[in-house]
Amino acid sequence: MGLTGGEIRMKALVAKVAAAAFVLFARAITAVRAIWPEEGLPAKPCVYFANHSSHGDFVLVWAVLPPRLRHRTRPVAGAEYWLKSHTNAFIGRDVFNAVLIEREREKRTQDPVALMVSAIDDGSSLILFPEGTRNQTEERLLPFKSGIFHLVDQRPEVDLVPVWINNLNRVMPKGEIVPIPLICTVTFGNTLRVAPGEDKEAFLERMRAALLALAPKPAGSGE
Amino acid sequence: MTAASSDLVTLVLGIFGVLIVASAVGCLLERRLATDGPNAAVENLNARIRAWWAMVILIGLAFIAGRVGVLFLFAFCSFAALREFITLIYTRRADHWALASAFFLVLPIQYYLLWAEEYGIFSIFIPVYAFLLMPIVSVLRGDTERFLLRVAEVQWALMICVFCVSHVPALLTLDIPGYEGRNVLLIAFLVIVVQLSDVLQYVWGKLFGRTKIAPNLSPSKTVEGFVGGVASATLIGAALWWITPFTPVQAGLLSFIITLMGFLGGLVMSAIKRDRGVKDWGQLIEGHGGLIDRLDSVVFSAPIFFHVVRYWWSLS
Repeated sequence: MGLTGGEIRMKALVAKVAAAAFVLFARAITAVRAIWPEEGLPAKPCVYFANHSSHGDFVLVWAVLPPRLRHRTRPVAGAEYWLKSHTNAFIGRDVFNAVLIEREREKRTQDPVALMVSAIDDGSSLILFPEGTRNQTEERLLPFKSGIFHLVDQRPEVDLVPVWINNLNRVMPKGEIVPIPLICTVTFGNTLRVAPGEDKEAFLERMRAALLALAPKPAGSGE
Repeated sequence: MTAASSDLVTLVLGIFGVLIVASAVGCLLERRLATDGPNAAVENLNARIRAWWAMVILIGLAFIAGRVGVLFLFAFCSFAALREFITLIYTRRADHWALASAFFLVLPIQYYLLWAEEYGIFSIFIPVYAFLLMPIVSVLRGDTERFLLRVAEVQWALMICVFCVSHVPALLTLDIPGYEGRNVLLIAFLVIVVQLSDVLQYVWGKLFGRTKIAPNLSPSKTVEGFVGGVASATLIGAALWWITPFTPVQAGLLSFIITLMGFLGGLVMSAIKRDRGVKDWGQLIEGHGGLIDRLDSVVFSAPIFFHVVRYWWSLS
């Protein structure tokens, strides 16, 4: 883009400040608390896979990760949304260093699985939302898309950590612009892997069940 | 040094003395009881004592900062309490703007009115204006699913977390002849007596508690804890008459009223927790649970204390 060295450094600095501001804002609104698994988080690059109901989901996961893990963790997000405008592109690419994948199969220029595999090979961890889109239904969790299976098909040794994000959908439902301060929790489960010879359906169902098992009894939903 | 600030210094030194003794006892218990592995009850006790240090220092700093410091402290308490409360209630998307205005309009306006010393509107803003306007904001979205439950819960949240809590700093606005410039000590009196009552009920209950007083609401509360805690907190309140505009007998009587309200308020807030199926309101204060877990007794005693003092002692 023809930026000088100074401009690149400036942009990186602004991105860093913006990232800190996002984390601070998310914490002030949600008082977010992480619940860690008994065995701790994997030290190697891994895939955090979470339920998806809000644009703020990956910010919350990112905010609770310990800084040493956070710096090499990249969210996987839809290119259509995050390249829509200059601001979106700056937040997606520069602030959160997202792995941007094209969701519409017909218009793809790059293979999403190949992008994720190369990010892991580079030593990054990923935050992945296997539902593929934000869940706007009454269902707690939508069926998983197969991307996560194709990923472990190529890198079967990679650790998979289920992450349940609770309450953020109430903080900022779709279409609202003002967030409501509510307490959110992010629950990390024990590390999983693909079993040798496991087929796609069985694997996806096992991952989905492991994620659902972390969901607390719905607070504030009446019953 | 003015009389108010020298009294405040004496009070703070006294509280530090109590906390030092508490920390020493906690340390001793840990050595004695935790020889074969950590003891959960002692760990919780020590976490509570550490949190008390933090809370006392925070309130002390707010007092030093003066009126604005006290207002900001309690506005923050209202914010954190409202966040805990609304997290646990039933809400729907149609309530979004009502909830946003509870946090970003009603709460700041209530504290602004206190800062501006507009007592008349301060005392009816939430019970009248918020009460009528919030359901209107919700109803405009046309979602009638459990409508009465939703508007009632939001109003309750505002009354408890904003209206009642704001009556603690409201003590600063009272105009008591012969007590000018010392109102901050009234806040200290209320908070110390009510919180000490909670602590002493816990201590008496741990030492002598046998008979459960409300097994369905709060399994840890006992008759022995209640009687011992309220009686000793009333006596300590009477002994603190020198920081108040009251005589020792009046100070003891008021202490009895606010400790009783505090105890009963604790029961009400426990019932809400049971109803929602949670043990604590949140995790803001280590060892204590959420902010509301610490504030519940103050919430119920503050408005009564405020109005009793306003009716019998204040000019305005």
